[in-house]
Amino acid sequence: MLVKIRDRVFSGKRVSRDEALELFKSDDIFSLGALASSVAEKKNGKKVSFIRNRHVTPTNICVNRCRFCAFSRSKGEEGAFELTLEEILKRIRALNSHLKTISEVHIVGGLHPDWPFEYYLEMLLEIKRKFPEIHIKAFTAVEVDYMSRISGLSLEETFIVLKKHGLDLMPGGGAEIFDSRIRSRLCPEKISGERWLKVIETAHRSGIKTNATMLYGHIENYEHRVEHLFRLRELQDITGGFQAFIPLSYHPKGTEIGGFYSSGIDDLKTIAVSRIVLDNFPHITAYWIMLGEKISQLALHFGASDLSGTVIEEKITHSAGALSGESMTPEQLIYLIKRAGKIPVERDSFYRKVKSEK
Amino acid sequence: MKGIRSIEKLKVKNKPVKKNINRLTKKEGLRVFKDADLLDLGHMADDVRKSLHPEGIVTFIVDRNINYTNICINRCRFCAFWKDEGDPEAYLLSKNELFRKIEETINLGGTQILIQGGLHPRLDITYYINLLHEIKSRFNINIHGFSPPEICYIADRSHLTIRETLTLLKDAGLDSVPGGGAEILSDRVREIISPRKIKSGRWLKVMEEAHRLGMRTTATMMFGSIEKPEDIIEHLDAVRSLQDKTGGFTAFIPWSFQPGNTELSQQTKVIRHKLGKHSSHITPHASRIYPATAVEYLRVLALSRLYLDNIKNIQASWVTQGLKLAQVALRFGANDFGSTMIEENVVASTGVSYRVSKEDIVKAIKDAGFRPAQRDTYYKIIRYF
Repeated sequence: MLVKIRDRVFSGKRVSRDEALELFKSDDIFSLGALASSVAEKKNGKKVSFIRNRHVTPTNICVNRCRFCAFSRSKGEEGAFELTLEEILKRIRALNSHLKTISEVHIVGGLHPDWPFEYYLEMLLEIKRKFPEIHIKAFTAVEVDYMSRISGLSLEETFIVLKKHGLDLMPGGGAEIFDSRIRSRLCPEKISGERWLKVIETAHRSGIKTNATMLYGHIENYEHRVEHLFRLRELQDITGGFQAFIPLSYHPKGTEIGGFYSSGIDDLKTIAVSRIVLDNFPHITAYWIMLGEKISQLALHFGASDLSGTVIEEKITHSAGALSGESMTPEQLIYLIKRAGKIPVERDSFYRKVKSEK
Repeated sequence: MKGIRSIEKLKVKNKPVKKNINRLTKKEGLRVFKDADLLDLGHMADDVRKSLHPEGIVTFIVDRNINYTNICINRCRFCAFWKDEGDPEAYLLSKNELFRKIEETINLGGTQILIQGGLHPRLDITYYINLLHEIKSRFNINIHGFSPPEICYIADRSHLTIRETLTLLKDAGLDSVPGGGAEILSDRVREIISPRKIKSGRWLKVMEEAHRLGMRTTATMMFGSIEKPEDIIEHLDAVRSLQDKTGGFTAFIPWSFQPGNTELSQQTKVIRHKLGKHSSHITPHASRIYPATAVEYLRVLALSRLYLDNIKNIQASWVTQGLKLAQVALRFGANDFGSTMIEENVVASTGVSYRVSKEDIVKAIKDAGFRPAQRDTYYKIIRYF
């Protein structure tokens, strides 16, 4: 059956939902990896990109209390934190001198019950003013939806204002699994899958590129994953605004639903199937924070063409028992890529080459 | 590719037999190792694993790693465990501590103790004989003990031959011998990473004598320090040749050098000078050795499965690679998950520690698509999970 799917892919046809399911169920990880690799190579050759970036988490206080999340706190709860604008700028400044230049700051945080929309706008404005050369990748669809609600603006208006204040692009978080039944058990307070797609579509129409994610390995099954991937493929057909798809493996420690880590084999399979199904996405990212550096490196042989970034100070996954470190140096990333037999390319937020390493 | 085609033959063979005419030559092994695509290599190794273990069972042993002393005169440069005798952190376990550890192991369903330690300058054969006697008189447990460097040191200190030493230890209760201390069986490499440790010839000699006395042993390989692909082939070939003669190896265990807290990682510059300009693990900008990556681990593992056609079991090393990569390793040639490691000290001293429970191991094996089973030292299945 894999042979049939392979032939279809080679002849430029798209795989169907049934075929995607077949791929997930297949035990032949080698053919799966080879097929995904050939798709990846057709798009990106042997190039694997990474970026010098850092994460800033303005707060872990969140009105949503998702069952899979070990990071969020309620206001006043032990361990809750909220950063002032000066603290945020200090973090970026400290890193910028350390790494010479970082090219992107990634800002994602909780839905704070008291912060006004203006605080986020001020944040963008000040970062842009102090660090005009750094791209700001900020706010998941969930946060933007929240901002539109607290400000009373429409999604379109919200994006116009965010952009005006310095937002360059958006990450792909908050997608989890679109299926409403899974979502109601996983994150009942969070916006629906439909709404997530609507926010992202509006972002794309407003000229803001985004990523897309999928949280897998918890209580969903392969059908849910396939449906998730197809919803993304359909939206990308319309807008073309997605840059990369980032599958996120579930981390069980300290979460309400508990459970286990996904298997290394499932991680690689998910990368491969994503690469084959999402034929209209430029990149599949092996996010080493989630997968660990070992599986991320292997993912480069299963269709991934991007390793994400240096990250620096990752908080959210680490609160749920991440097995990875909180940061990697560009040298470490380059080493992993080269040792996988690929060509490292340092990129900016829009996947433009910054500096090539031999 | 020619190398690939010749090992393609392995895929259709049901059972690679001794002196299989299709077995990889050194030259073919080297070419496959250097040039084959990672997934092709894995696929071939997976097919060989399937033909040797068609039931889809992945085994593990419940045992404890007891390091009776960390005092060691060898001071290997890749090791973060050894201490000098006067060091405040130096220790020698008392017999009571040792017995307590064994009792705990048995209570946890353990069937074996892996007892290994440094080369302690004040211990001689009588210490070991007494120790073995005392353990055996108290406990019904398999003693998997003393790697070849320890056996040689005991022999030398007591002016005995290797054979005499092994005979005495066996009579006192030693059941099987672990394959540690093999590192890379290439004296060129040993001269640099462990100059005081026994050379390849003696390591092989201990194993041969043990096999001839009816003891089973494992074989290991530590790669990812400063060796070249040729050294890895040299190692595999030495193990395969001895296995042809004796058939005494139960399993092969490749694992990667863990550079944390070791002299080897701190003195890269010196070593590089000694080695000349090769040594691919040292990046030009960093004066440190990086650990072997996942891709390299799986390549070595798959090559081992293909090359060692006369050794039935290949172990995945979750202790050095983590559970996720160990799961993937089960599709790159490995059929055994090693030990549950009720206690592990040596790898942990390099800062690498993946603590997992027996339940984690059982779950990990199941999630990788296999049936988990607890085994004994001789790979006999004790119970399924």
